[in-house]
Amino acid sequence: MELTGLFFYIVSLLILGGIYALLCLALNVQWGMGGLFNAGIAGFYGVGAYTSAILTTAASGRHLGGFSMPVPMGLVGAAIVAGVTGWAVARICVRLKSDYLAMASIGIAEILRLVFVNESWLTNGSLGVSRIPRPFADFTTGRMSDVAFLGFVWVIVLLVYVATTRLYDSPWGRSLRAIRDNETSASAAGKNVEKFRVQTFVIGCAVMGIAGGLSAHYFRFLSPTATDPLLTTFLVWVMLMAGGSGNNRGAILGALSIWTIWSVTEIFTNRLPPEWATRSSFIRMLLVGLLLQVVLQRFRAGLLPEKSPPVRFRKD
Amino acid sequence: MIRLDEICVDFGGLRAVDHASFEIGAGRITGLIGPNGAGKTTAFNVIAGAIWPSSGRVFFDGRDVTALKPYQRAEAGLARTFQIPHEFAQLSVLENLMASASAPRGENVLNVIFRRGRYSAEERAIYETARETVRLLELEHVIDEKAGNLSGGQKKLVELGRALMRDPKIILLDEIGAGINRTLLGKLADKILMLNAERGLTFCLIEHDLDYVSKLCDHVLVMAQGSLLTEGTVDAVRQDERVIEAYFGGGKYEAQL
Repeated sequence: MELTGLFFYIVSLLILGGIYALLCLALNVQWGMGGLFNAGIAGFYGVGAYTSAILTTAASGRHLGGFSMPVPMGLVGAAIVAGVTGWAVARICVRLKSDYLAMASIGIAEILRLVFVNESWLTNGSLGVSRIPRPFADFTTGRMSDVAFLGFVWVIVLLVYVATTRLYDSPWGRSLRAIRDNETSASAAGKNVEKFRVQTFVIGCAVMGIAGGLSAHYFRFLSPTATDPLLTTFLVWVMLMAGGSGNNRGAILGALSIWTIWSVTEIFTNRLPPEWATRSSFIRMLLVGLLLQVVLQRFRAGLLPEKSPPVRFRKD
Repeated sequence: MIRLDEICVDFGGLRAVDHASFEIGAGRITGLIGPNGAGKTTAFNVIAGAIWPSSGRVFFDGRDVTALKPYQRAEAGLARTFQIPHEFAQLSVLENLMASASAPRGENVLNVIFRRGRYSAEERAIYETARETVRLLELEHVIDEKAGNLSGGQKKLVELGRALMRDPKIILLDEIGAGINRTLLGKLADKILMLNAERGLTFCLIEHDLDYVSKLCDHVLVMAQGSLLTEGTVDAVRQDERVIEAYFGGGKYEAQL
């Protein structure tokens, strides 16, 4: 592979790696800190993607739109709509214990996917939304816009990392982890369990919405296949488990390493004989599943395990 | 301080607490005793709000708290420990204590992300109280250990420490002594007596060891089959025929309680 080709391969790897890092950070707030088993990541990701796409595209007549807003506004909208969706879901489901919440959230993600497929006035159905703009479209063209987008994505990852780390290091995060470890005694210690859980769920869903929005701007096209649970929900769970749930750096590391493995294996599986190549995505899934087994058996806590933050207050 | 009025609790067809009415006096150390299955822990759960009674009312400081959730009762000044330790396993001992404190500023999401200075003073006060509590319970050597890794007895001490963190009016201790060695148990009794004398803290404890109860409690409530059988001083209830019968099912044995 020539050098520029390799460079742009790495750029695209890191862009999607960054989007996965956001999803992992969001899931880490919900699962790592809050113990909420959200198996419907794809749904909130999709809500964010469609919101940002609809808000930023020009009028097309095929779907709701024509707002032509700038991309950052679209992403703010994505966070708000995904967060409000998360709030509505949390109001109903957050009292459910972990595995039941997982089932409920799978169902909700499926409902949302069916909405994206069927409500064509809103989303243009399975034909999808096209000509979604990228940020900095006026200054950059062609492949340079990929490089600019890479910076854009990682600035957002950095902001979300700082915010989630502040959450983790704070009394809020401590109480949330206490609730995760033992709900009964946390409520006996005066913690309003339900309020914490709703907040956690909303924050996580809003970040998932931002990740969805970014993916729509990156691909410039969005159809309901983008909310495929294999590539979002399942892969994100593997990433967080491998990286270390309860650790924000672990979440980012897990996202980058698993995404690299996932992408690089594609290069090899494409060289397999044709009858095998058609099954390559399933072989890759098997490999990632095996990897998850190894992680769970050998490194239960992930690459970077959860650790207690230092107590922070101003010393004088 | 706490008054139960005609409390009934049903688990399916089983009536665990049956028209129980009793009072826990302020400033005292009250013992709650009775044979296994008498409904003691269920009564504790009703007081703490973990179980809602089928009927009857719970009063705390003269206020009807029957409809309040556990966290609201904790905010009102009620703290408890659990029979089986309910530690926050992934949190360090220090964090277990700090997480149990009231932290209205530090638990505000906007403060936490955008205005971290706002909770600094509060956090420092919580930290200092936690250090003091750790010293009191002699847990300094395990302060940074994850609570899940502690021994059963140490977990019990963490439970008590967590209850102390909110500066409560009353602490309900559910078999605090089970699984703790004699020496430590003696020290624990001294601490309970000291907290009662110095801070005026009210205690109510479930305990099977009557010698321990007699060392600590000036007043004892005896429950049997879901309701209050009798109450009085430890010596008085030890002599009570009905209490002996409840424990040993009657008969003519020379019961040595």
